[in-house]
Amino acid sequence: MTSRKAKETVSWRKSIKGRRAIGIIITFVLLIPLGVAFVLPFIVMVSTALKPLNQVFAFPPRLIPETLQWQNFPDGWYGYGYVDFTTCTWNSLKITVNNIIGNLVSCTLAAYAFARLKARGKNFFFAIVLATMLLPNEALVVPQYVLFNRFGWLDTHLPLMVPPWFGWPFFIFLLRQFFLTIPEELIDAAKIDGAGHARILLQIFIPLSKPALATLAIFAFIGNWNNFFGPLLYLRTPDVQTLPVCLVQYQGAYGNTEWHLMMAVATIAVIPVLLIFIFGQRYFVEGIATSGVKG
Amino acid sequence: MFSRLRKPISASARREERIFYLFILPWLIGLVLFNAGPVFGMLGLSFTDWRISLDDLQFIGLDNYRTLVADPIFWTSVGNTLYIVVGRVVFGTAFALLLAILLNQKVPGIPFFRAVYYLPTVTAGVAVALVWIWIFNPRLGILNYTLKQIGITGPDWIFSKQWVKPSLIIMSMFQVGPNMIILLAGLQGVPKELYESAEIDGAGNWAKFRNVTLPMLSPVLFFVIIISVVSSFQNFTEIRVMTEGGPGESSNVLIWYLWENAFIFLQLGVAAAVAWIMFVILMALTGIQFRVGRRWVYYEGDSG
Repeated sequence: MTSRKAKETVSWRKSIKGRRAIGIIITFVLLIPLGVAFVLPFIVMVSTALKPLNQVFAFPPRLIPETLQWQNFPDGWYGYGYVDFTTCTWNSLKITVNNIIGNLVSCTLAAYAFARLKARGKNFFFAIVLATMLLPNEALVVPQYVLFNRFGWLDTHLPLMVPPWFGWPFFIFLLRQFFLTIPEELIDAAKIDGAGHARILLQIFIPLSKPALATLAIFAFIGNWNNFFGPLLYLRTPDVQTLPVCLVQYQGAYGNTEWHLMMAVATIAVIPVLLIFIFGQRYFVEGIATSGVKG
Repeated sequence: MFSRLRKPISASARREERIFYLFILPWLIGLVLFNAGPVFGMLGLSFTDWRISLDDLQFIGLDNYRTLVADPIFWTSVGNTLYIVVGRVVFGTAFALLLAILLNQKVPGIPFFRAVYYLPTVTAGVAVALVWIWIFNPRLGILNYTLKQIGITGPDWIFSKQWVKPSLIIMSMFQVGPNMIILLAGLQGVPKELYESAEIDGAGNWAKFRNVTLPMLSPVLFFVIIISVVSSFQNFTEIRVMTEGGPGESSNVLIWYLWENAFIFLQLGVAAAVAWIMFVILMALTGIQFRVGRRWVYYEGDSG
């Protein structure tokens, strides 16, 4: 009797273990193929970038090229007529860095105000922040185009570089959520020491919010580096273009796309974002998670 | 005495209010110049025959809207937009939830997989859209080649009228990174005690998912769906780089229709009307979701 009971316990434990093992196996059976699918576009990009043109069109497609043609990278970079990728990259970098700084400054101020200051009309304006998060910005281009035309800003970087200094609703929301988590006592203590809001913001909030600010900087980097719509709309002459616009000009050049060269430049264009993502991943994941927390 | 007590408080409150408005001033200026101004300016301009110059505009009432209603391509693009929005939101959200559940398992290597799943989102843009043209290539692309290996003859993907929209939806499912992370955070926020007490009640995995996970996750899910709807309206890059609205008009979505009218046909008044119709559709969709949401979204501490 006792032994039968003991046996039952063992088989029960076994089955729990067994079920857990099956669960792990199922998880990996899904995790791994999905992971392969997710990196496949990159593999296609890099492998095409390393093939000679005749192998690009070979069938069956090969993921690993027979010969590695590293020459595609310099050829792609310097090879396409009036497009100067070095200039395009500098333009992209200049706009991106400016926009990160502009966004951080303007959004920090607004987020602090919404998180920590009392004022009549605050709820009303915060509701507008939330509402504008739902505004499809691409639909606003027509009047914005007219506005920047009036300013005489077309074909300059100003339409891309000035608006970020005037806040971005999503970032304001995200930072406000973060600022709300900073303990009230710290602020009270600073106030007793006679600190004003500017000093509280600079000496308490900004140092404590480094992870959140890093997240926003990464977001802003990726968004601006990949931005295609704005440059396509506002820039005309080749020497002010940004990288994504330069890249599409490869498409159908001379009626025939040189896929291997285009993919080589595309690979180079993706590298900075990739590096930023890999090194900033920890912040990044935390930052996005905060945005889902309703407040 | 009462007023003497109130006065200093109200003075400092007023000072704080001034600082509040000073701090939100940049955003407020931006709101007026780049958001509210354009939105309402566009409403006015949608009633004019605006083509290139803003001088000598003629007020033409609802003519632009009449032109749109009479244009079959406009209706095609409304249909295409709704098709893609619904597809992206339904499949994208379900897929993001599946990924989040996988990443919430206690197995080794999760941070690695999380990074891999997020990767395509980071690099979304022209470079990757170009790669996808190549992947979708019916004869030489890796997708149809893989399908052929398992005995399926793949369709022509973005080069086919029937398949171009599903293709774009499939491609968008590789960019669910942020939604996946938000849902993952939501899953990790579900209190463990709820699962434990469900287990005591004899609930299996499905019952736990249905009766614990989904209700607790519903506010996060709601947030994700609302954001997905908006972002699905802004799919200009893929359309411009991959299909230019084709083949035929089968991937002509509203944002592309707007772009064509504004910057190719130079019908700016018509484009302004398209933008307004887009806003109205989006507002309607959001409104519907909030109404329906009241029925399925569970907020803790709600009596209803």
